[in-house]
Amino acid sequence: MQTKYLIIGNSAGGIGAAEAIRQVDKESALTIVSEEPYPAYSRPLISKYLAGERTFEEILFRPVNFYEQNNITLLPGKKVTHLELDAQTAWSEDGTQIAWDKLLLAVGGNPIFPKIKGSDKRGVFTFTNLDDAKAVDRFLGSARKAVVIGGGLIGISVTEALVKRGFDVVVVEMKHRILNTILDQRASLMAEEVLKQAGVEIVAGHTVVEINGRETAEGVTLDNGETMTCDLVLVAIGVSPRSELALDTKLEVNRGIVVDRHLATNHPDVYACGDVVEAYDFVYEDNRLIPIWPNAYIGGRIAGFNMAGIPTKYPGGTAMNSLNYFGIDIVSAGMPTAPNNDDYEVMSKQETSTYQKVILKDNFIAGMISVGNIEKSGIIFGLMRDKINVESFKQSLLADNFGLAFFPQALWRERLEAPPGLLLQSVPSIQTGEKTFVGE
Amino acid sequence: MKRVYVKEEACIGCGLCQVYCQLEHSQSKDLIKAFKKETPRPLPRVHVERNVEVSFPIQCRHCTEPWCVYSCLTGAMHKESISDEVVVDMEKCIGCWTCIVACPCGALSRDLDSKTVIKCDLCPGREIPACVINCPNEALVLSADEKRE
Ligand SMILES: Cc1cc2nc3c(=O)[nH]c(=O)nc-3n(C[C@H](O)[C@H](O)[C@H](O)COP(=O)(O)OP(=O)(O)OC[C@H]3O[C@@H](n4cnc5c(N)ncnc54)[C@H](O)[C@@H]3O)c2cc1C
Repeated sequence: MQTKYLIIGNSAGGIGAAEAIRQVDKESALTIVSEEPYPAYSRPLISKYLAGERTFEEILFRPVNFYEQNNITLLPGKKVTHLELDAQTAWSEDGTQIAWDKLLLAVGGNPIFPKIKGSDKRGVFTFTNLDDAKAVDRFLGSARKAVVIGGGLIGISVTEALVKRGFDVVVVEMKHRILNTILDQRASLMAEEVLKQAGVEIVAGHTVVEINGRETAEGVTLDNGETMTCDLVLVAIGVSPRSELALDTKLEVNRGIVVDRHLATNHPDVYACGDVVEAYDFVYEDNRLIPIWPNAYIGGRIAGFNMAGIPTKYPGGTAMNSLNYFGIDIVSAGMPTAPNNDDYEVMSKQETSTYQKVILKDNFIAGMISVGNIEKSGIIFGLMRDKINVESFKQSLLADNFGLAFFPQALWRERLEAPPGLLLQSVPSIQTGEKTFVGE
Repeated sequence: MKRVYVKEEACIGCGLCQVYCQLEHSQSKDLIKAFKKETPRPLPRVHVERNVEVSFPIQCRHCTEPWCVYSCLTGAMHKESISDEVVVDMEKCIGCWTCIVACPCGALSRDLDSKTVIKCDLCPGREIPACVINCPNEALVLSADEKRE
């Protein structure tokens, strides 16, 4: 088959791109290939699915008629196995040949699966897609106790689902505290506290070296020799970019696929976005892996405009997470902890169940954390994203009544206007001839 | 796209917009009942910001390029194709609050009872939103212009 636009991956990035393309080009053939046999669903919601709080229909990311309405050909349950970039062709496992003019790799990540003795036993799972959630669900039966390896976002997310299903859960985290890549020490401890109150046991500073049992997991052995029993094991130590398709091509791959500020790879007709790429981070001012949903969608949107011939520059993204596990609301963005040098200024405020922190570098916000009271976090994140010098009002950033009214007048006036196409205009284009897209 | 603009020099910071918004989004539509008796307590979708002599209300700007929509994990936050309004589908919202972090105006808030985000809906069924009608100093206007003036 032949298509103008081929998108591999039917999730945040793929849908973001498809929607942008259809905003400017309603006619040309647009095809999405998906290894998963489903219409796009919200990946973070697989824990709600496992908890029994949401059905599959309730975690769909778009209405059922989305593909039809947008004139998109979805090829579900089809895995692309090979790319020929010079011939602009993709091949799928079942032998389908797809010729494309513009290609987007929105293929996401693979769960990292460490070499642990016994990890091939029944009852050992990863947790990154709907089929994982279904497999865990089928296995639960009379199981009572789970060990979750990894205290990051995915580990805590599946822990909550299992607790809601009545499980006893032990979280084994290699570093000294859970959620250590996105939170600072204090916020991690606050999260740990609510997990413990919910009955979760946390074993920090240790790893699992062996999964015990005959055919089925019956327990684990830790690196200190201690053993514990369990009925299932969840391996949730993170995802790594799924760059396999790029590997036998000339596409540049570092830790992830390398893209420029237009989400283009080093091949002029091939774009990439989401968990599989190293894209620009506006805090670190460098390309990094940032595996979060909003960045995948926004990256897809930028790629989509560029693929459809509207040159559009990515303002960049940064780590940004809003966690609500076990009833505590936590937001973090940018750097969770300031590097240990004089260039950084840290302001923080803690009360019994709330905590606010802002990290500044040369009066620009480089990181923020809010626990409990998170309503103002968007205003602070906006200042960070728009690279606004906060020197004149930084003393009020953590005030209870902080808000736009504390900004310099010109700035709050701008926020109160009809906002322009923020995403596409927030970075002034440096290259000449670059158009700025201002909506339909 | 119509949205509510403020003439901040006319805003006296009284907060009546907030009160009437809350009333409009109550079950009873009765001022005393809405504030004293209703559970869950109705919540306002506009709030007044004050800093010494400056005050103005904030509500959703219904952005052309809405960060909240692009950041929504579930697909609940979306742009209506005809009206161009930014709307949240309460059935789909799980209260993850990612949109709250995405909104540079702080125009969204949490409904902790229903675990869904709440925002300005321009008062469906009314030609002029309650905040605009009830502003005692005509500081709020509903306009389709791209600028406030
Ligand atoms: C349990 C869990 C909780 C999470 N919680 C949050 C959260 O709270 N907030 C947040 O921001 N992010 C969260 N994330 C991360 C978020 O889901 C990802 O960042 C996001 O899904 C990345 O989107 P993507 O489009 O890049 O790739 P993915 O969502 O990974 O989708 C890629 C798709 O491409 C398909 N694919 C890959 N290779 C091929 C091929 N060769 N042929 C055909 N199809 C292929 C895959 O099957 C997959 O369907 C969570 C993730 C998990 C697993």
